[in-house]
Amino acid sequence: MDFISEHAVLVVSLIKIAVLLFVVMTALAYLTWFERKVVARIQSRWGPYYVGAHGLLQPLADGLKFLFKEDVTPPASDRLVYTLAPFLALSLALTTLALIPFGPPDIQVFGQPVFVVADSSIGLLFLFAITSMGVYGVALAGWSSNSKYPLLGGLRSSAQMVSYEVSLTLSVVGVLLLAGSFSFNGIIEHQGGNILHWHVWPQIVGFLCYITAAIAETNRVPFDLPEAETELVAGFHTEYSSFKFAMFFMAEYANMITVSCLATILFFGGWLSPFPDSWTWQLFLPGVGLIALGLYCLYDTVKEMRGIAQLQFAVVTLLCFAGGAICLIPRVMPIAQGPFWFVTKVGLFIFFYVWIRGTLPRFRYDQLMSFGWKLLLPVSLANLVGTALVILLVKR
Amino acid sequence: MSLPIILFFVCAALAVAGAIALIVAREPIHSALSLILVMVTLAVLYLLLGAEFIAAVQVIVYAGAVMVLFVFVIMLLNASAEVRTNWSKMAMYVGVPLGIFLLLEIAYWVWRSSVGPNVANGATAATGAFSTRALSMELFKHYLFPFEVTSILILIAILGALVLAKRSE
Amino acid sequence: MVPISYYLVLSGILFGLGVIGFVFKRNIITIFMAIELMLNAVNLAFVAFARAWNQLDGLIFVFFVIVVAAAEAAVGLAIAIVIAQNRRSLNVEDVNLLKF
Repeated sequence: MDFISEHAVLVVSLIKIAVLLFVVMTALAYLTWFERKVVARIQSRWGPYYVGAHGLLQPLADGLKFLFKEDVTPPASDRLVYTLAPFLALSLALTTLALIPFGPPDIQVFGQPVFVVADSSIGLLFLFAITSMGVYGVALAGWSSNSKYPLLGGLRSSAQMVSYEVSLTLSVVGVLLLAGSFSFNGIIEHQGGNILHWHVWPQIVGFLCYITAAIAETNRVPFDLPEAETELVAGFHTEYSSFKFAMFFMAEYANMITVSCLATILFFGGWLSPFPDSWTWQLFLPGVGLIALGLYCLYDTVKEMRGIAQLQFAVVTLLCFAGGAICLIPRVMPIAQGPFWFVTKVGLFIFFYVWIRGTLPRFRYDQLMSFGWKLLLPVSLANLVGTALVILLVKR
Repeated sequence: MSLPIILFFVCAALAVAGAIALIVAREPIHSALSLILVMVTLAVLYLLLGAEFIAAVQVIVYAGAVMVLFVFVIMLLNASAEVRTNWSKMAMYVGVPLGIFLLLEIAYWVWRSSVGPNVANGATAATGAFSTRALSMELFKHYLFPFEVTSILILIAILGALVLAKRSE
Repeated sequence: MVPISYYLVLSGILFGLGVIGFVFKRNIITIFMAIELMLNAVNLAFVAFARAWNQLDGLIFVFFVIVVAAAEAAVGLAIAIVIAQNRRSLNVEDVNLLKF
């Protein structure tokens, strides 16, 4: 205990990093399941259904497949850069998650905040620094594969990422002007109160610019021409197989999660609840929600599932009930509030991402670039100037 | 052997290794990657010195935009490995020793300079005089004119690059 | 903690390596990168001195150096592209029409 309290920063940080990595990797795996299910339902089909109850073991099967596939390296490629690119992409995508607060900073153990790994006073600036380095993963992958389609896809994709990065950063500056701080906890606390104080209402233009630029930045539909299957084979990751391809895949989903977390923090109040703090009944929400989910799973287990799927889904039901029961312990109730609201909002954003993927056609490359430079950038700038003017006039 | 000194030496070793790799590498893309490594380690050193905003600007602008430009140009021009030719006698017997002597001389005179006794403690300085707020106050009050002139300079650079790129078609 | 002279020695070493790269390399893009290395070494010296004398002016200078270096890299690389396409080579020794 003495050792822990002396080196509190180091020990607690290591534990937080380990827990965060584990949770994030599991979330990434099940994000692929979620996407396939939602896109399938939009297209009037079932999606993964057979591998485990409701396809819940599909990510495990996919992961094993990626691990055991043969790793083919194109012969004329630049070995060092070819191997470096996916590692760079994945490590940068995962590093940004260290800055994100999942809950209030005053819940602490051994003097260290529990819900954020690295609480920095310029967290937002660091996050943009790390995402701006993400261009290299794509560009170097395209170059080092030494083949037509990856080179074109890599160049187009990195040009797109660099262009939309400008609008992304500008659309966020309005929020910075309002909140007056670069740190995430400062921005979240500025939105305290209830849903009417969130930044999305005064900054609706900024929010729309941010969401558009974020979808373009993460190379998702409708901005995914550089990696679309019908256009450029697979774009910059054509020549990658097995684990390196899995790393690019995970990096894309991790970027999606990061951008959704950022949207939640900047515009939707982060871990704050939409109801005012005086409504104490909201403390029961996490527990009640999980138990409701458990009841639905119970119904499904009893009525629909057969055989081994029934067993698996019974386990899922038990987990939901256990989670709900834990969240209803009075000691745990206030602690569970922050992460519950944060995860709900991020989940809604990810659902929105996947919904757009299933619905919209994709932009042509020249349409994409002209949209980014000729429409999105002026609108972000106008939003910034307008916000600054309003703040100046109101302060007088 | 406190943590800041260890961190400094690790970053310094990485920076010097990157700089040597930049000179020694045969492919330009490897030189570009080494330069990116140097810039990122320098950003960590700026953090150690307490200049947090400059560290972020270094990564966002220098390592994240200028070097992307370099990498694009290398890819566009398909720059290949440099041909290794034998150095001229002048370069081998006069150039290399003089170069090493330059390095050692700079290091020696800096070491003997009077700045030595000052120490830097990055961790506590971040919230003090070097915060982003103080920097922006200084920039927009006393250095407003150079700031505006720099924005015109960037505009000129954009126009110049556009004109040059057009003429090559 | 870390004496300022350590930072200055590192800055000097990086600058010297930049000069060596500038003098000995033949590819125009690598020469540009050596110039960027020299600018980075100078930036490190500025930030170290800003800390030593606790003045913000060093950081402002670094800010402007970064911005000007970005503008210079853009224009310089554009010129390099035009010359490379004209002379069909990236070797600086091939741009020798004015040699007598």
